[in-house]
Amino acid sequence: MQQSYITYHHIISSLGFDSKSNFEQLKKSKSGIKKYQRENGDEYYSSIIDKEKVDKLFSEIGTIDKYTTLEKMMLLSVNAILKKSNLNIGDRTGLILATTKGNVDVLSTKSKFYKDKSRSYLFELGSQISSFFNFKSKAIVVSNACVSGILAVAVADRLIKSKMYDDVVIVSGDLVTEFILSGFTSFQAISSTPCKPFSKNRRGITIGEAVASVLVSSTKKESAVEVIGTASCNDANHISGPSRTGEGLYLAVESALKEAQVLIDDVDYISAHGTATNFNDEMEAIAFSRLGMSEIPLNSLKGYYGHTLGASGLLETIIGIESLNQNTLIASHGFDELGVSKSINVIKSTTKKPLNIFLKTASGFGGCNTAVLFKKVINK
Amino acid sequence: MNKNRYIQSYCRITNNVIILNGKEVFRESSEDIKSFLKTVYKNFEIKYSKFFKMDNLSKLAFLGAELLLTDENKSSNIALVFSNAASSLDTDRKHQESINDIENYFPSPAIFVYTLPNIGIGEISIRHQLKSENAFFIFEKYNAAFHHTYENSLIQMNKANSVLAGWVNVDKNTCDAFLYLVSKKGKIEHTTENLIKLYNN
Repeated sequence: MQQSYITYHHIISSLGFDSKSNFEQLKKSKSGIKKYQRENGDEYYSSIIDKEKVDKLFSEIGTIDKYTTLEKMMLLSVNAILKKSNLNIGDRTGLILATTKGNVDVLSTKSKFYKDKSRSYLFELGSQISSFFNFKSKAIVVSNACVSGILAVAVADRLIKSKMYDDVVIVSGDLVTEFILSGFTSFQAISSTPCKPFSKNRRGITIGEAVASVLVSSTKKESAVEVIGTASCNDANHISGPSRTGEGLYLAVESALKEAQVLIDDVDYISAHGTATNFNDEMEAIAFSRLGMSEIPLNSLKGYYGHTLGASGLLETIIGIESLNQNTLIASHGFDELGVSKSINVIKSTTKKPLNIFLKTASGFGGCNTAVLFKKVINK
Repeated sequence: MNKNRYIQSYCRITNNVIILNGKEVFRESSEDIKSFLKTVYKNFEIKYSKFFKMDNLSKLAFLGAELLLTDENKSSNIALVFSNAASSLDTDRKHQESINDIENYFPSPAIFVYTLPNIGIGEISIRHQLKSENAFFIFEKYNAAFHHTYENSLIQMNKANSVLAGWVNVDKNTCDAFLYLVSKKGKIEHTTENLIKLYNN
């Protein structure tokens, strides 16, 4: 069957405007989380992108006033991928857009796009990106809660294996909005301190924002990673809480391992979801323990970026790819004392180690769980 | 390519009519979608109290699954692949209304949880205990070619034995669903052309 590879990637976050600078900041243990103020005056912690810089960079490729904040960041990121890869967009090039809430900020009466009733539709967000770059087919929008970004990688791999496309550009992104903050606050899920995934003293989520893009290609190149196994399984348990037994995550990882034909011992690193809510982190620890993966070095990157919703899976995949390429395990920021009932091997300090295969997982509302395995391409 | 893959059964739900496997099985004119969906629930004698907590999009998806996942149709490992145009905007607008005014601010977790299009997939998974592949996509219109390719890929890659799939859209007091079960049994071949034909019928 046709293999697929991630050959190029790009990140826009509070820590930088490309993948390289993001990874450099993580190596220095620098977190992008800071204190901000809500409209009602309440303080909260978040990881927020410099919008003045977005406009400054965007003015070089387009008209600032014509696009929403998220569109500008997505266009910048896809533009960077197309430039770096020299990709020729043809009939066999696909575009996948992954997001949880897209342009949801335009629903607010305060948005200058409020009167443009089409702008809140996710297919319209897709059209803005596809028509800017003259993609030949319409964007495929994946909106599956917080697994959207990593699920998009599984979808791209399957579409390439089905011979629908030779290359697929994936762009994923979500913003910090009053819509999201108010919702998670009503769930009492927001931490009053920067989030501390898997820690004893964790107090919930820190919401963040990011845009991440990759090129998934049927042609491999040096420094690429191969997508070797993908799966997405539902807990069939609860719509807003994870399964107590980690069933969906367990099944997803098992299915991805089976497709990849690799053993648990072959997995060098796990990039977990780790939102720092009590139930989520506990669920993941149970699932990894049931899978026999307790010894594998694991981190959550939420301590650097917060939970960037639909973007998180792709953002964290890119950091995982850089980890493989630089043979570097990144410390799980905010972690102190293990606060889950099963033993897991949380990375305490950033260390050099030969790495070949890593597992990315994510879980979200609606009971969804996605797992994807990646392998370093070694041929020269 | 799609050898031995069929549309085993299908249903079409619009504002006041339900068509199951080509036959009209229900007709009722209701003032709004909410009351229409409730009448459908009663008419088919469904017993599932969680139904009443759901938003209209989840209710619509749930009812479609109830009609198609009968005991004789059920097999193991049924994937869920849905798409629509409006995502969860119908409920998003309600949540936004509750936070527009800082003086009159009342966001509710019971509404917020439905501001995701894939919650209906979760509801169906719980109801039928499907711990299977699931994904929600957004397109301007039902994209039969994409659905056909993706549904096939799940079966070909052994990720699922059958797939409950289709279009489920709720927007501005209109609803439109076209759901079908792809499996190795049936008479209608699973092709893009047949999917378009059944959707337009």
